[in-house]
Amino acid sequence: METLKEKKKEAKNPATIRISGAEAIIHCLLAEGVDLLYGYPGGAIMPVYDELYKFQDKLTHILTRHEQGATHAAQGYARVTGKVGVAMATSGPGATNMVTGLADAQIDSTPMVCITGQVTRQLLGSDAFQETDIIGISTPVTKWNYQVTRAEEIPEILAKAFYIARSGRPGPVLVDITKNAQIDELDFSYEHCTGIRSYNPVPKPDASAIEAAAQMINAAKKPMIVFGQGVILGHAEDELKELIEKAGIPAAWTVLGLSALDSDHPMNVGMVGMHGNYAPNMLTNECDVLIAIGMRFDDRVTGSLDTYAKQAKVIHFEIDPAEINKNVIADIPVLGNSKETLSLLLPKIKKNNHGAWHDEFKKRYKIEYDAVIKDELYPTKEGMTMAEVINEINIASGHKAVIVSDVGQHQMIACRYSKFKQSKSNITSGGLGTMGFALPAAIGAKMGAMEREVVAIIGDGGYQMTIQELGTIFQNKTPVKIVVLNNDHLGMVRQWQELFFESRYASTVMSNPNFVKIAEGYDITAKKITERKDLKASVTEMLASKDAYFLEVEVEKEDNVFPMIPSGACVTEIRLK
Amino acid sequence: MKKEWFTISVYAENNVGLLNRISGIFLKRHINIESLNVSKSEIENVSKFTIVVNTTEDWTRKIVQQIEKQIEVIKAFHHDDDEIIYQESALFKVASDLLFDERQIQNIIKDSNSQIVTVARDFFVLAKTGRRHEIDEMHEALLPYGIMQFVRSGRIAVSKAEMPISKLLNNFYQD
Repeated sequence: METLKEKKKEAKNPATIRISGAEAIIHCLLAEGVDLLYGYPGGAIMPVYDELYKFQDKLTHILTRHEQGATHAAQGYARVTGKVGVAMATSGPGATNMVTGLADAQIDSTPMVCITGQVTRQLLGSDAFQETDIIGISTPVTKWNYQVTRAEEIPEILAKAFYIARSGRPGPVLVDITKNAQIDELDFSYEHCTGIRSYNPVPKPDASAIEAAAQMINAAKKPMIVFGQGVILGHAEDELKELIEKAGIPAAWTVLGLSALDSDHPMNVGMVGMHGNYAPNMLTNECDVLIAIGMRFDDRVTGSLDTYAKQAKVIHFEIDPAEINKNVIADIPVLGNSKETLSLLLPKIKKNNHGAWHDEFKKRYKIEYDAVIKDELYPTKEGMTMAEVINEINIASGHKAVIVSDVGQHQMIACRYSKFKQSKSNITSGGLGTMGFALPAAIGAKMGAMEREVVAIIGDGGYQMTIQELGTIFQNKTPVKIVVLNNDHLGMVRQWQELFFESRYASTVMSNPNFVKIAEGYDITAKKITERKDLKASVTEMLASKDAYFLEVEVEKEDNVFPMIPSGACVTEIRLK
Repeated sequence: MKKEWFTISVYAENNVGLLNRISGIFLKRHINIESLNVSKSEIENVSKFTIVVNTTEDWTRKIVQQIEKQIEVIKAFHHDDDEIIYQESALFKVASDLLFDERQIQNIIKDSNSQIVTVARDFFVLAKTGRRHEIDEMHEALLPYGIMQFVRSGRIAVSKAEMPISKLLNNFYQD
């Protein structure tokens, strides 16, 4: 046998080794620096799992409890580390279960490579067992996808997959690999992909656009910056900070821009958008120059486009040319990586101090504080608010935790009230609004940053969409902290029903199980609190725990999130109550 | 904004699945593809998609941006009808006896500048290349006599201005 094996390894080209496609996949992952991946085995991917077994000292595979969980965990890992997240599944249902994660990663520009098994080449198109056209299904929700049907294709395609996923505006890539390509042998060697002739990931900055932008910013009387995840993905946090400090420009973040700047930076004027802060939303329609950096003018940010910042000149710093003039017309588009373009811009920016203009933000913050924030953070009513829970976490964690939020009211509250000191600390499903995102994403985030505190903030609805991932936490002893803010409702939908559907609460009232018992079933320390007096101690106890910890907080059942810009309304139609 | 005819020319790598990816961009925006042609281009191993849409220029521009964003697309352009030279082709299958029984058929063939591709005992086939309205006129003229089968191709077009694909590709190899 041994001689046979040796013979097997003897490749035609001495620079290569002769191995199976499945083993080649492992070597590709290792060559790309992958040491951790998430997945779920099944028939069509078994040869790869067999190799994972052999390589377990080099490559850790985390068995999630559902393929959707694997994708969200890979996303959480990618968002906290900046590296490519990897998820693996079998064909058919394994692959289709990944679609939500792919769509989420696509709209939130998260670098991820998903590898799916596929029926053997000869069976393609025959409606074989667990055959599904995952290439057709995943095309609209991937940056790129490819079906490998021959073992020899594996190294080149996986090299391309990682290059495409991480370069330019990142995104998800799916590689579907037929079973024969996993079993067959190839002469393996690996070359990293460094370019694709039809793909220009980072446009070269145009010096005249930078010059024009600098002049416009220097001449502005009431400039305002709105920045998004492009700052984080472009590693431009320092350049952004330098810009706002030098030019004295108030800066607001989008949901995905959160944590790119210190929450308490004096120039940070909060969040724009539907549940964003009053000042930056109102003043969007008063500024004279709107400087958008690494954001895409999502409808949840702009409200009605017909009335959005019509008085302002718009400068749009963006890496993706398809975002220019998509929603908002840019007077000066500045294409390129945000770190590069801001670095070129900075020397041309004059020192400035827009003190009076900044006071306008402070005035409006006061209005919001009195009307909303004070009662949210320091409520005088009996029931607990979501915001006071977030506030306790801020205090107890020293603003240092990674906050992973799910989708709904608690998410908006987490985004509004969480305090950040460090970039890549806010992980949430922004564009797709995927309920069930947070629990698996928190697992990925924790594994990507074991030294950091990772707190998942989840509603009682979203929690039950991926609650099975408690099994992943149990098996891997992942020390994530899980906070369920339980209002026994699908709170955000209920809020809309109250405001726009005359309080007809169609299918938004939830009878919930005993979450503490469920967590305890997975050997996770669990606690439920219903009274404010227990909040501080419980949060402290949770954060002090070295292991996973589940904390359920019973909050006011019918609280609403304010401010709020009704869907499709103008940003200045923001409601404080 | 008013709807107009636009011809989108896409230069791309010849890969399985790209057609699906491109058509999905139209599907997502609920824009109908009026005509689609895929062929090789003037550059070796580069395919050319010629897509005709009837929509606003704003939408056309956004679609072109989204198409260009696809990894395997080298470059996409859009042109209005004045900026291109364009043609379509059509085949008409007609019963052979009409050739002999209806004198007018021969006039139609002559006036339309069409060609007889084949003549069999039972049918003959006419090929016509030209603008859409010319093909429509010929179709109308033949219709009263009976058309056994009719088919028309997608639009094919070349632009009056340069589409500098070779230069783009050369830049890639030089960088």
